[in-house]
Order: sequence, then structure tokens, then C-alpha cells
Amino acid sequence: MRGATHAKWAALATAVALAATACGGDDSGGGGGADGIVSSSWGDPQNPLEPANTNEVQGGKVLSMIFRGLKQYDPKTGEAKDMLAEKIDTTDSTNFTITVKDGWTFSNGEKVTAKSFVDAWNYGAHLKNNQKNAYFFGQIEGYDKVHPEKGEPTAETMSGLKVTGPQTFTVKLTQKFSTWPITLGYAAFSPLPQAFFTDHAAWLSKPVGNGPYTVDSYSKGSQMALKRWDGYPGADKAQNGGITLKVYTDNNTAYTDLTAGNLDLVDDVPASQLKNVEADLGDRYINVPAGIIQTLSFPFYDPAWNKPGQEKLRQGLSMAINRDQITETIFQKTRTPAVDWTSPVLGEEGGFKDVCGEFCKYDAAEAKKLVAEGGGIPGGTMKISYNADTGSHKEWVDAVCNSINRALDNDRACVGNPVGTFADYRNQVTSQKLKGPFRAGWQMDYPLIQNFLQPLYYTNASSNDGKWTSPEFDKLVNDANAEPDIAKAVGLFQQAEGILRDDMGAIPLWYQNGSAGYSERVTNVSLNPFSVPVYDQIKVN
Amino acid sequence: MGRYVIRRLLQMIPVFFGATLLIFLMVNVMGDPIAGLCGDRQCDPATAAQLEKEFGLDKPVWQQYLTYMGNVFTGDFGTAFNGQEVTELMANAFPVTIRLTLVAIFFEIVIGISLGVLTGLKRGHPVDTTVLLLTLVVIAIPTFVTGLLLQLLLGVKWGWIKPAVSTDAPLDELIVPGLVLASVSLAYVTRLTRTSIAENKRADYVRTAVAKGLPRHRVITRHLLRNSLIPVVTFIGTDVGALMGGAIVTERIFNIHGVGYQLYQGILRQNTQTVVGFVTVLVLVFLVANLLVDLLYAVLDPRIRYA
Repeated sequence: MRGATHAKWAALATAVALAATACGGDDSGGGGGADGIVSSSWGDPQNPLEPANTNEVQGGKVLSMIFRGLKQYDPKTGEAKDMLAEKIDTTDSTNFTITVKDGWTFSNGEKVTAKSFVDAWNYGAHLKNNQKNAYFFGQIEGYDKVHPEKGEPTAETMSGLKVTGPQTFTVKLTQKFSTWPITLGYAAFSPLPQAFFTDHAAWLSKPVGNGPYTVDSYSKGSQMALKRWDGYPGADKAQNGGITLKVYTDNNTAYTDLTAGNLDLVDDVPASQLKNVEADLGDRYINVPAGIIQTLSFPFYDPAWNKPGQEKLRQGLSMAINRDQITETIFQKTRTPAVDWTSPVLGEEGGFKDVCGEFCKYDAAEAKKLVAEGGGIPGGTMKISYNADTGSHKEWVDAVCNSINRALDNDRACVGNPVGTFADYRNQVTSQKLKGPFRAGWQMDYPLIQNFLQPLYYTNASSNDGKWTSPEFDKLVNDANAEPDIAKAVGLFQQAEGILRDDMGAIPLWYQNGSAGYSERVTNVSLNPFSVPVYDQIKVN
Repeated sequence: MGRYVIRRLLQMIPVFFGATLLIFLMVNVMGDPIAGLCGDRQCDPATAAQLEKEFGLDKPVWQQYLTYMGNVFTGDFGTAFNGQEVTELMANAFPVTIRLTLVAIFFEIVIGISLGVLTGLKRGHPVDTTVLLLTLVVIAIPTFVTGLLLQLLLGVKWGWIKPAVSTDAPLDELIVPGLVLASVSLAYVTRLTRTSIAENKRADYVRTAVAKGLPRHRVITRHLLRNSLIPVVTFIGTDVGALMGGAIVTERIFNIHGVGYQLYQGILRQNTQTVVGFVTVLVLVFLVANLLVDLLYAVLDPRIRYA
């Protein structure tokens, strides 16, 4: 009996070893050079992959590869440059005439015309199509007919969009918006081929666009293989043979796979690995600022938090947070302490400026004084709410609370309030159930100072979750949008930001960096201001 | 026996409805699933209302449950938020997890029972003590520690396996994850078998068999093992369901796109259709496994007969 058992053990052990070594081969292949395939980590997109329905990074990655719009944001500077737009003319910042470049096609051979854009935008805006980014078309005249706030749509298309020629169309906005053309680089404004409308299900299972890559195969939830499209007419042709996006159940596993040499690119280094990343990857680790800011919002809908004089309390709380220490110890410098409500990726010309000043500097004594002058924390204790499921929010919320408690010399001034899932958290935020400050994050849609201020702090704006409101701020934003001179418009936005600071409508915490790591097989890897890898420029050795 | 099976099958009906209703209520209590769909910004109210209508979330919960159960019986498990049919998700996820579970059960049976018999026959021997200590260690260490450790050592340091299982999840790539998933149960199977064997070794019928002059291997396999296996079979049977549902940790570590992964995603995104659909199937698996265990008793021990 004893012998038999031993034999079984030995057989089993060898079987395990044999099978294990047999699967050690490499299938990421595809050779090197210009035809080499890059494998990259991916997460399952949350919504069906349609340009106007994708509002998160994972689906956005694919759109950035298979679509090109009227404008394209420079991967380094974020500047909006003409892509398919021959020219965009306006005399009054309300009526725009757009000419689409000739000679562009979709990868299925269909020509990209003015109609491709108008049809796509009308589809994106229409209520019955359930597009989550529909509000991007909200400035176009007739949007309220196809997407009413209540009831059924009364029109099929927006009256402000008109095709005037094979390659030209006109857009009429409901109000002046001088920087509107800059928004057109956003994926929601991509053109769509007729195939999208004629066989929608087939298109969804294998999307067709006009970008440098085409979808070779797509098995939902696990993998998408993109191939370089050799017929691509643009200047930014792909420098590699294709990109294989692999869905990972956990970004830790993706990172492990990278270090084991089975994966070429990870564009989200997990927080738990930040300590080892320098040792593991050396200079193959990228950590650059992205257009993301994190803030603390206040429940202005709650009378306890909306009394006159409380701006001193909010300013005091802001000064009680030691941003330098938290970004260094908790985030390993993957966050940059905030000095305004925008992002460094805008650059000085785009409106990034130290507006916050002393209010964003740690000063315990001043903080204590201001909080007292502002009437103290309502109820004696404030709870900072956050979702505990993703994003390691617990660590920094606890740190922020510790910092506040220490500065105010009061152990009970601040505690964290975890909410189980993101969906539940968002539910409590939007239904205004939170009785204290809560975490907020904003990833820009396009590199424009307007995008950091208007959706978040304009009265009743779509993402103004705390319901902060200021007539002066609203007026300055309106003036800025109507100002045709971009430099002057930026100045007005900064004045508006000053109002936001004086009332401390939200506490800016830090700007988030994009982080990525790559294997020795690839070079020329970079992240754009949206923290998405610039896939078409990656070279395979 | 036939009547017993029918009675058991009938008992399964309330359990099935109760379990699914509980899950349905739990997922719904967590709040509005649409709120998380638009990211860090509020869905515009019109789109949100339209989505709620489409997913049937605008009706009261009891009505949603009735509609849902009605659809389930026609094989329609609804649509996940990313536009995929839940049945399609199941068709992708279940084969993978079933394969993983089979690998785990295989290890439980082969390694667990062998070690159990070995130690049961050699009580107090150094081999026995060693195995007992080892099982204690395995039970004490959480699965994610074993998993991450094996992944790091075998996958990254020594390069024997790939740290992440590929999309198709072939059998050979599932050996290490299967072992990790099985580890804790395996230790229990070993201990259960050991105790059972040690107890029955002194039983009259074993002494009789030995006295009759039967060969040692026949005494052990036909007489001793057969009677000692009843508690072990019970454990392994109920473990089938537990393994399938509890694979969340293992599947996450090794990048296996199975039931655990889909459930995890479903819970994070608060996708009622996915969560309830998968749990419904898991409940069925659990019930069937338990029924099979009960029927196996009669095969193992003819004295156990059900009226």
C-alpha cells in the first residue's frame, strides 16, 4: 500500500511538472519590427462599444485606435489639431461651417462624408438610443426635441445640423461657445459608417471605424485583436502590426504577467506594486500627469453645510490637509498636490495657474483658526464618503482625516465613511443622501479649462453633485464661452475660478498621474493627456 | 427509492425559489444600478429613465422578480449592462469554471483520499504527524496567499507556468489554479478520511475480513475504504457547489474568466441580471450535487435504503 501511494504521488508530480512546462510557450508572437504585435492589458468595457456610449477609459482605448474625428488632441501637448476637418469657420461663435477632408474612408471602403458625421451625431443625441454621452450634443440647436428631459422625443434629428454638400455641413448652437471646435476631438463626435445603422448588431460585435487600426477579432469579455490598417490615409499611421488587448480579472495579475514577460504593456500599475515598480521595470515605468483631478465636494443641499460664513470652515479644512505628505507616502508620487481646480496638462496658455494659493498649503495653526471662525464642523464630526470597492480610496481618505484631526487637535473631527460599491456610492451622491463631504473625481473629456469648471460648478450642471452655486461664477463662465479670443476666454475662466476659491466650493486635493509599465520588447511608449497609451507610436524590437 | 427521489426533487422547488428571491432582494436593496453606469458624473435623467425602462427597473421589485422568473423558465436570463445576453456570458463562463472545479475535485479525491488512507493506517507514525501538520498549515493559510505565492514562484521566479491563464483556459493551464482552489478542501478530505479509516480499522467486519485471509489490498479497498468513504463523499459532494461559487479569489488571481469573475463584475457593477442569473444556476448545481450525494450513500452502504 505504502509503495503504491508513493508511486501515485510521483506520477502526479511529474504530470504536473510536464503539463506546467508544456504551456510555457509564447503566443504573444507575431514577430518583431513594423509587423510586431503588442499585447496590452485591458478591462471589460462597461457599456456597448459605440462612440457616444463610451464614457470610461477601457472602451475609450479602443475608440482611440479605430476612430479619427474632426480634431485630434496632440498626444504630448493636448493641443486640438485638425484631423478630418479641412476647416471650421464661424463669425459669431454660434453658427459653424465645417468642411470634411476629402479622401478619407472607413476601413470597409465607405467614404467619410459630412453625412457620416451628421448621422452619427443625430444617433448619439437621440433619446431612444440610450447613449450615455448624449449630453455632449446638448449645445446643438434642436437637442431638446430629440432628447427632452421628460416625455417622448418630438423630432428624429437635430434642427441645428444640416448637410450642405458632400463634404460640408453646418452646425447651429443654442448659445455662443467660442471654444466649441476644440471639443470635437472627443470620441463621441466620431463619424459612423452606414454599416453601423444598417446592421447594428454586426457592427457591435466587430466595430468598423476610420482610424489607424481595424478590429481583427473580438471575443467579448476576454480579448480584442486589432490589426494595423494599411489603407489608413492619415499621417499618424501605426508603427506596429497590431495591438492585442487582453482582459485581466485584476490589474495585479496583469502586472505579474508583465514581469514574467508574457505581456508588453500595462497602463494601470496597481497601487500595491508602486513600491516595487522602479526595481522591477527601471526606466520602463512611466508616470506622467494626466487630465484628472480629485476633490472633496460638500453637500450644499444640506442646510447644515450651507450657512453664510462657512467658506472659512471649508478654507480651513483645505489648509488642514497635508497634500505633500499624502501624495508622497500613500500615492508614491503618482499624484501631484493641487494648486487649482484644473490640471497641469492644460499648460499655462490653457489656463493652468496657481489660483488656490495659501488655501492649498498645509498650515495647521491657520486651519484651526479658520475652522473656528467658520463656525466649526457641523455636528462636531464630519464623515468623508467614498466607494470602497475600487481605486484604493480608503487609504487616502483615512490619511486626509488624520491630517485634519491632527491639525484641528480633535480626534473626532473627521472619519471615513465607506460605501460598498461604486453604483451604490453614485446613487447616494446623486440622490443627495450624503450628509458630509464626499470624494469626487473628474477626468477631462477634452483639454479645455471650460471642461474642468462648467460641468462641475455651474449652477445645476450635469456633474455639480454638491449643488454649489454662484451667480457671479455662472456669469463669468457665460462671458468666457462667448469670448471669441481664446486667451481672453481663458482669463475669464480663471476669474471664475477665483470665485470658486473664495467660496471654496470644493477642496482641490491632487492631480492624478497616468502610470504605465512596458516590456523590453517594445519602445517609444508614452501616455497621452488622457492617460491612454499612444498605441500607434509603439515600436516592437 | 423512486419515491424518495421524487420527494427530494419536490423539496428542491421551495429552496430554489427562496434562494433566488433572496438574491434578487439583496441586489436590489443595494440601490439604483443605473447610477454607476455613467461614471463619476450623473446620468442625464432622460437617459437614466430610458435605461431603467429597458432593464425593467422602473417596476416594483416583486413584479421584477415575477417577470424575471417567468423569463428564466423560457431560458431568457436577460441582458447584461454591456449589451450581452446573460446566457451568452454563462456559455462562456461555466465551461471554464466546471473544468477548474473538476481539476480541483480530482486533486481532492486522488491526493486527499490517498493521504487520508495512508495516515489513517499509520496513526502516530512520523508520516502521519507530518501530513497532519501539513494539512493544518494549508487550512490556516488563506487561498489568496497560497495562490499569489505559487503564481510568483512558479510563474515569475522559475517560469514553469504562465502566471495568467489564457482565454481558452485549457486543462494544463488550470492545474496550478485547480490545486490552489482545492487546497483547503483537500486538507479536510485528508483529515476526514484519516479519522474514518482509523476508526473503522478496528471494526469487527475488518477483523473478520483479515481473519478470512483476504489479501491486504482487498481488505482495504473493498471493506475498509468503502465504509469509510461515506462522510468523505458527503463532504466532496457539497464541496462541488462551494468550489464553483467560491472560485472568485482563485479566478481573480490567475485571470480565469469563469463564474467567479462574472459574479465579481456583476456585483461591482450592480448588474442584477448577471448576478441573479449566475446564482440561480449555482443554486441548481448545489441542489443536484446534494441529491447525488444522498443517492450515492445507498451505493456505498447497501444498509442505507430510502423508502
